[in-house]
Amino acid sequence: METQIIKFYQTGSFAVGNRLLDESQRSVQANMRRSNSLNSGHRACQGCGEALGARYAIDAAMQATSNQLIAVNATGCLEVFSTPYPETSWQLPWIHSLFGNAAAVATGVAAAMRVKGRQDVRVIAQGGDGGTTDIGFGCLSGMFERNDDVLYICYDNEGYMNTGVQRSSATPPAARTSTTAAIGEEPGNGFGQGKFVPAIAMAHEIPYVATASVAYLRDLEAKVHRAMSLRGARYLHIFVPCPLGWGAASEDTIRLARLVVETGLFPLFEAEHGEVTGRYQIRHRVPVEEYLRLQKRYSHLLGKRPAVATIARIQAMAERNIRRYGLLGEEA
Amino acid sequence: MLKQIEGSHAVAEAVSLCRPEVICAYPISPQTHIVEALGEMVKSGELDRCEFINVESEFAAMSVAIGASAAGARTYTATASQGLLFMAEAVYNAAGLGLPIVMTDANRAIGAPINIWNDHSDALSMRDSGWIQLFAETNQEALDLHILAFRLAEELSLPVMVCMDGFILTHAYERVDMPTQQQVDRFLPPYEPRQVLDPREPVSIGAMVGPEAFSEVRYLAHAKQLQALERIPVLAGEFSTIFGRESGRLVHRYRTEDAETVVIAMGSVMGTIKDVVDEMRASGVSIGALGICSYRPAPLAVIRETVKGARRVVVLEKSLAVGLGGILATDVRMALSGLHLHGYTVIAGLGGRPILKSSLHALFERAGRDELEHVTFLDLNWDVVNRVLERERTTRRSGSIAENVLRDVGVPTASGV
Amino acid sequence: MDKLFAITLDVGSSLANKTGTWRTYRPVYVDRLPPCNNQCPAGENIQAWLYLAEEGRYEDAWRKIMEENPFPAIMGRVCYHTCESACNRGALDEAVGINGVERFLGDQAIKHEWRIEPGSPTGRRVLVVGAGPAGLSCAYHLARLGHAVTVLEGADKAGGMVRYSIPKYRMPREKLNQEIKRIADMGVEIRLSSPVSDLAAEMKKGRYDAAFVAVGAQLGRHLPLPSSGGVAVLDAVQILRDLEHEEAVPLRGRVIVYGGGNTAFDVARSAVRLGALESLVVYRRTREKMPAHRSEIREALEEGVTLRCLSTITEVGTGAVTIERMELDAKGRSQPTGEREMIPATTVVLALGQDTDLGLLTGVPGLRVENGLVQVDRNLATGATGIWAGGDIVPADRNATVAIGHGKKAARQIDAWLRGEVLRRPAKPELASADMMNTWYYSDAPRAIRPILEAVRRTSGFAEVVGDYDEGTALYEARRCMSCGNCFECDNCYGVCPDNAVIKLGPGERFEFNYDYCKGCGVCISECPCGAIRRVPEAI
Ligand SMILES: Cc1cc2nc3c(=O)[nH]c(=O)nc-3n(C[C@H](O)[C@H](O)[C@H](O)COP(=O)(O)OP(=O)(O)OC[C@H]3O[C@@H](n4cnc5c(N)ncnc54)[C@H](O)[C@@H]3O)c2cc1C
Ligand SMILES: Cc1ncc(C[n+]2csc(CCOP(=O)(O)OP(=O)(O)O)c2C)c(N)n1
Ligand code: SF4
Ligand code: SF4
Ligand SMILES: [Mg+2]
Repeated sequence: METQIIKFYQTGSFAVGNRLLDESQRSVQANMRRSNSLNSGHRACQGCGEALGARYAIDAAMQATSNQLIAVNATGCLEVFSTPYPETSWQLPWIHSLFGNAAAVATGVAAAMRVKGRQDVRVIAQGGDGGTTDIGFGCLSGMFERNDDVLYICYDNEGYMNTGVQRSSATPPAARTSTTAAIGEEPGNGFGQGKFVPAIAMAHEIPYVATASVAYLRDLEAKVHRAMSLRGARYLHIFVPCPLGWGAASEDTIRLARLVVETGLFPLFEAEHGEVTGRYQIRHRVPVEEYLRLQKRYSHLLGKRPAVATIARIQAMAERNIRRYGLLGEEA
Repeated sequence: MLKQIEGSHAVAEAVSLCRPEVICAYPISPQTHIVEALGEMVKSGELDRCEFINVESEFAAMSVAIGASAAGARTYTATASQGLLFMAEAVYNAAGLGLPIVMTDANRAIGAPINIWNDHSDALSMRDSGWIQLFAETNQEALDLHILAFRLAEELSLPVMVCMDGFILTHAYERVDMPTQQQVDRFLPPYEPRQVLDPREPVSIGAMVGPEAFSEVRYLAHAKQLQALERIPVLAGEFSTIFGRESGRLVHRYRTEDAETVVIAMGSVMGTIKDVVDEMRASGVSIGALGICSYRPAPLAVIRETVKGARRVVVLEKSLAVGLGGILATDVRMALSGLHLHGYTVIAGLGGRPILKSSLHALFERAGRDELEHVTFLDLNWDVVNRVLERERTTRRSGSIAENVLRDVGVPTASGV
Repeated sequence: MDKLFAITLDVGSSLANKTGTWRTYRPVYVDRLPPCNNQCPAGENIQAWLYLAEEGRYEDAWRKIMEENPFPAIMGRVCYHTCESACNRGALDEAVGINGVERFLGDQAIKHEWRIEPGSPTGRRVLVVGAGPAGLSCAYHLARLGHAVTVLEGADKAGGMVRYSIPKYRMPREKLNQEIKRIADMGVEIRLSSPVSDLAAEMKKGRYDAAFVAVGAQLGRHLPLPSSGGVAVLDAVQILRDLEHEEAVPLRGRVIVYGGGNTAFDVARSAVRLGALESLVVYRRTREKMPAHRSEIREALEEGVTLRCLSTITEVGTGAVTIERMELDAKGRSQPTGEREMIPATTVVLALGQDTDLGLLTGVPGLRVENGLVQVDRNLATGATGIWAGGDIVPADRNATVAIGHGKKAARQIDAWLRGEVLRRPAKPELASADMMNTWYYSDAPRAIRPILEAVRRTSGFAEVVGDYDEGTALYEARRCMSCGNCFECDNCYGVCPDNAVIKLGPGERFEFNYDYCKGCGVCISECPCGAIRRVPEAI
């Protein structure tokens, strides 16, 4: 890809658009003719990060493949809010089968395309964190291990939202969900549990693994582009705030997706064949409280008598990520 | 071409003649030989333009099949027993999405206790999944049914499960007449999906449907099976024109015309039953047999028509509706409502227990005298059972029944060692 | 395709579901008032012209300035640019270098000879008295509105104090001349060496329909200092005027400038350039209290000017002056201490402010003068019908930018009056305050430094001290602008809406909300970098 040297411009590449760039260098989302793969009229909650993340990712993939794309969707909010009979919001060929089998269904679609000699048609599987890190994990790992030509996208909102905000293996420590009440010795979700699937994906040594956040659009789109330029199994884990499940204001969706990165709680990086090849360096580092404070699921930590020790443990998690992924660059 | 081969290989060859495009499977006895053979054919290039995918579970197998089929590929998989249950959710889903997948079920019992031998519990557990389920009596029929299954599935846009008795058929070396590629090609046109995932005409498949339309969707699934009831005999007719033999009818009648006793069964046991029928006929007993090939859709009218002149019906099945009795028998009873005849249920051959001719002779004779219980467990070891039950009555014992039975029959159990 | 009933759906079908009904709040695009615009005494729409400059559309940017202010090349040099102190970017890193970009644009216009066409003639005649910034600004705006304007100027050159007081090293004359010439080229008649002594008579004679008076404050303020006559006591305004006329100015030896305003420093810095042995500024209050601009003081010190604060001159002797030390009282006012000291001096220059000479207004009915200032209402109308006044002669801050703003305001009032209308001020939009901004989106970008002429080169002549931005720097600086309160088409709202409820109308056309689908989540409002979207409750 040819790159244009951008003379300094107000927003650089932080905002969605940049009117001073060549059309070819702009974000997909800035394009007047973007595909809006997930169209208006869907029933996601106000400010749903998952709806946003899905459009960001799929639009980018549509652009990367000249619209030769098929999507497979796991059960979950994204599926439910996008395709309640008689209305669908999807503008590309799309199939929903089950909660835990999106990766395998996608393998099947990819196999069909290969056997029919239509390798130009690319396949994406997508699901929530529950559909990915828990119930769909077997199929996901199988797809990885076989190196099937599928990009799997996990929209991580840190819980089973569609069924009423229960804990998943992606729910962070201390967070309240409807199955990890904010009561008892260790209120909210326990520490020392859960899994970080991007790292597990890397252990499969698949061609490409990346994390992204809806607050970093250009980064997200670049990662989708990179993923679509490769063949084989690829994994993209996108952080998507859920205002309903987290007890956050609907307008804070992107702010949260930004703070989680700037605190270090969610590292943005990419890896090829099991090795980290790029990382986002924190731009304005903030303490975790700033992120926690905006969410009712953490309100038991903050009130009048803040749970200092618990917050410190969360801060330590952020610091561990910063160290592990080198999120502060040289000084880290 | 006549061949003396193992049932599994016969099926594998037949599937290969159907030009499948995607095959995905996960190993489980007694299905293994089928997919091993197919895997080899793909790898060797003998079966080209086909993807063979080694998946990580049966759930994935059916899921890959769903994806492949939805994307317009002719798709095949095979499983049995635990595997079928492990993919159960996807089995229903494939039918709901109207995907013409063909799957072999090498029928096998379901645990616990784990048991690799034949009965029909696995297939019958999926009877309401929306799949068409066809039972083969012989290896020849198993082979033929696969060819028919693809044609039927694709015509109706419904998945078809071909059930063949594990080991008894899958592992038996028998002579079969293997059709030629031309014959198969004549019978089975290339797959033209009714709806397909294609960027040229995008659609959303698999919507969430609420109370406002769900009943209609289910009724349409039912109506489709009723259509199959009409199409199966038609296709079987076409089949015999091209291949020169009868295969894949709704039912197979054997000396039922004037029979006072009609024995109803499915699968390979029909061979033994037919032998017994012949022997009893020779000694002047008015008996016949009706083999059900199409278990789903259930050919209720044909069954009724066949048995309406008889005095009694004996349903012999390799399955048990625990706490109720027969599964097939219950279905047959649907066909008999209003007819005044005796109906007997015989549970036989569970977990691979041999069904002996001698036992059948005795059974049918007692049936002829109307001395049979409503539900009979063929060749049950009553000593063991009674001893367990007796003890259970006195001491309510916890733990697995299986272990307790083994203890009673004198086999050392893991916990006993 | 033979689609399954209910299970398979056609694309586009969700458009039937108008999710806009969920909304309790709606986002509405607004244009809020950027603090820079709010602050600019000339009423420039700074954000708007920076926006155009960002795209490299310099001529458009310049024309945007010209809608409010005819002197970007002058303003880009002498304006005290209080806009920059108000700039929201100051809280992020440093204020945008607005003034430098303005100068760049002004110079571009001169270089490329961009012109402004006068409005179509109205047949109305307006008299402007005084060709200072106020008078010329008024003449320019009136000409744009199609009125015939005559400017009567007492001096032999136009420009007022900008020419006769601001030294060349700050305001090169060719730039001044060019910007004035552009106004003359619009058909404005500027009659030089034509002092007006009786306004009423002049109006009658010239049959003017209206007049704007902007004769400035030309008289240097005097202080009766006991003097033995051995040291020359001069007037700052006079010295600067003489400098402009290139007359020999007696700034030699040890020069003491009395006063702490810009005038004092202009003289002190001129003295350095004329080869004075020493140039000392004496001021009675503290350095912090000096009214002179910070940059003015800094540059003066760099050039070798020295300061003596908290000091008054009590007596002018021979070859020396007596200085009394002052100290601050509890209220922070400076009080004499009685401690005195003699310091050597060759010349003393009084830079203690200016007074007006309003003789020409005597006898104008209804016109009121108090404390030497013409009394005007908020529209700059005097008590006399058809006569407006502005600039240094009315009660307001005395600087060129204010004067230019007055000229514009008066012109618009005069125009409305001539058309028999009352000019209605549009309601002032809400201020785009810093808390409405989402500054995350702005790249970290320290301010560009304007090149400064080296001190040694400065002190040896009257070359311009503060250099120009080159194009790259001007562009960079323009692009640092955050476009406070005004959409700059960053596409954020268009991108971040989870419901695609923002319609992008195309370059320059901005956006529209599609209220059929907007659920009112407010993400666009939060993520608009510049605070150009307002949250408005729905009437339910
Ligand atoms: C030394 C010095 C430095 C300054 N530096 C700056 C600076 O850096 N930035 C800034 O913004 N401001 C500066 N100022 C202030 C600024 O110059 C004045 O506020 C501004 O020029 C006022 O404009 P005006 O049009 O009201 O009056 P003036 O500029 O004074 O113009 C009035 C004009 O009217 C003419 N005139 C007077 N009487 C008559 C008459 N009877 N008939 C006809 N014509 C007449 C005069 O000759 C003059 O040309 C400075 C002032 C001084 C003294
Ligand atoms: C086999 C199965 N188990 C459980 C469910 C119920 N279920 C549907 S969606 C869902 C939660 C989805 O969570 P996640 O994948 O994180 O997606 P989200 O809704 O949070 O976007 C659950 C538990 C199901 N549909 N299928
Ligand atoms: S519950 Fe959360 S993930 Fe689901 S639609 Fe609402 S905001 Fe989106
Ligand atoms: S950032 Fe731009 S719009 Fe905002 S105050 Fe500064 S110059 Fe004005
Ligand atoms: Mg989730």
